[in-house]
Amino acid sequence: MKAAPFEYARVANVDEACAMLASDESARVIAGGQTLVPMMVMRLARPTRLIDINRIAELSYIRSDGDAISIGATTRQCRVERDALIAAKLPLLARAISFVGHAATRARGTIGGSLANADPAAELPLIAVTLDAILAYRAGGRTEKIAARDFYIGPMTTNLPSDAVLTSVQFPKWLGKVGVSFCEVNARRSDFAFVAAAAQVELSADGRCNRIVIGIGAATDFPIRLTSAEEQLKDSTLDAVTVKGAVLEALADIAPLSDLHASAEYRRRVAVNLATRAVADARSHAIGKNRHAN
Amino acid sequence: MRINLIVNGTESTLEVEPRTTLLDCLREYLGLKGAHAGCEHGVCGACTVLFDGVAVRSCLMFAPQAEGTPITTIEGITPGPGELSPLQDAFCEAHGLQCGYCTPAMILVAHALLAGNPDPTRDDIVDAISGNLCRCTGYAQIVEAIALAADRIRGSNRPSELRS
Repeated sequence: MKAAPFEYARVANVDEACAMLASDESARVIAGGQTLVPMMVMRLARPTRLIDINRIAELSYIRSDGDAISIGATTRQCRVERDALIAAKLPLLARAISFVGHAATRARGTIGGSLANADPAAELPLIAVTLDAILAYRAGGRTEKIAARDFYIGPMTTNLPSDAVLTSVQFPKWLGKVGVSFCEVNARRSDFAFVAAAAQVELSADGRCNRIVIGIGAATDFPIRLTSAEEQLKDSTLDAVTVKGAVLEALADIAPLSDLHASAEYRRRVAVNLATRAVADARSHAIGKNRHAN
Repeated sequence: MRINLIVNGTESTLEVEPRTTLLDCLREYLGLKGAHAGCEHGVCGACTVLFDGVAVRSCLMFAPQAEGTPITTIEGITPGPGELSPLQDAFCEAHGLQCGYCTPAMILVAHALLAGNPDPTRDDIVDAISGNLCRCTGYAQIVEAIALAADRIRGSNRPSELRS
């Protein structure tokens, strides 16, 4: 379990990293390394050069930018876990983050690293897709943006250009009577998810659904949104029968992953149940929060 | 390449290949065998060290990445030669170890937990050690040992008549 030889370069800024990536197609960026290092020691990845972006100070931050919360790419997962702004303004991310690996891997693992790594079972890509996050990256001296929904194209595969470095992610803030839920089925605490579901709702004063997003991760090649169910449930009271029907229909045509741990049929069944549960929990959360406020 | 490591308060300059993990560097270059090589790909937690006071897996970091950051291994936990820390004492007393392979990592994880949370609940303890595999104890005595150490450390600054 030893990595193949490589050159190591610690860069002082993002453009330096981009230039190195552009000049050597076998170079890889290392951030937290919590997935890349295991891939390297198992020789599933053999970069010729590692470009270490951990010490670029301006890539590590959490801040409020108008209607969004921006998080720098090398912000450690453990920092997001304890951040008061995230807890107050991005409750869905706050819920999901404790499911990401273990405390010891969240201490090193970064937000941008997990987003760019695109593991189908990873929680952060699911939250980004569910909340319509915008990812920013730097390439060729320019900053570009891409919606999380257009970013993921396959397992461990994204639309990030090969000479680009992911720099930040913006999550839109929701206002009003908002409730969230995140649930996951896995074999043991914080292990890879077989299926994960995320839901966020905003209710009107009379308890109808003004806005809803539902995402499913780990079941398919990359996280998906249950768009048809979201359209159907908008303006409804989110009663159990309507939710279950809408979720069943939305998941009828997916192509679930199948492996030693969980068959495609199992993943579909669990996805339906978790999505249904997530919507119900998010609704209760929205209502409960309002009671507290009164 | 040449790197500077600060381990248990001592600075060393070493010549390593970039692919050397921090774990291999600690064990083979510095002779600190307390960080154990279990799975070597981030699953078992046996290689845990404190990196700037935070528990991390030393097998998931290349040695050059650790340049200049204070690292504590199990060898740096004892208060003095021949002594044990309250956590180490508690692991002995509560039978928190059998074969001992996971023990240094368990103690370091517990150390990091108690530094930030002196009065952990059972759930806090279980969550803290959830990334560390033990194939002997069944975990129950490890949880007891950490709770015992936490209790003693909390009590150590109180007058004896108030200790529980």
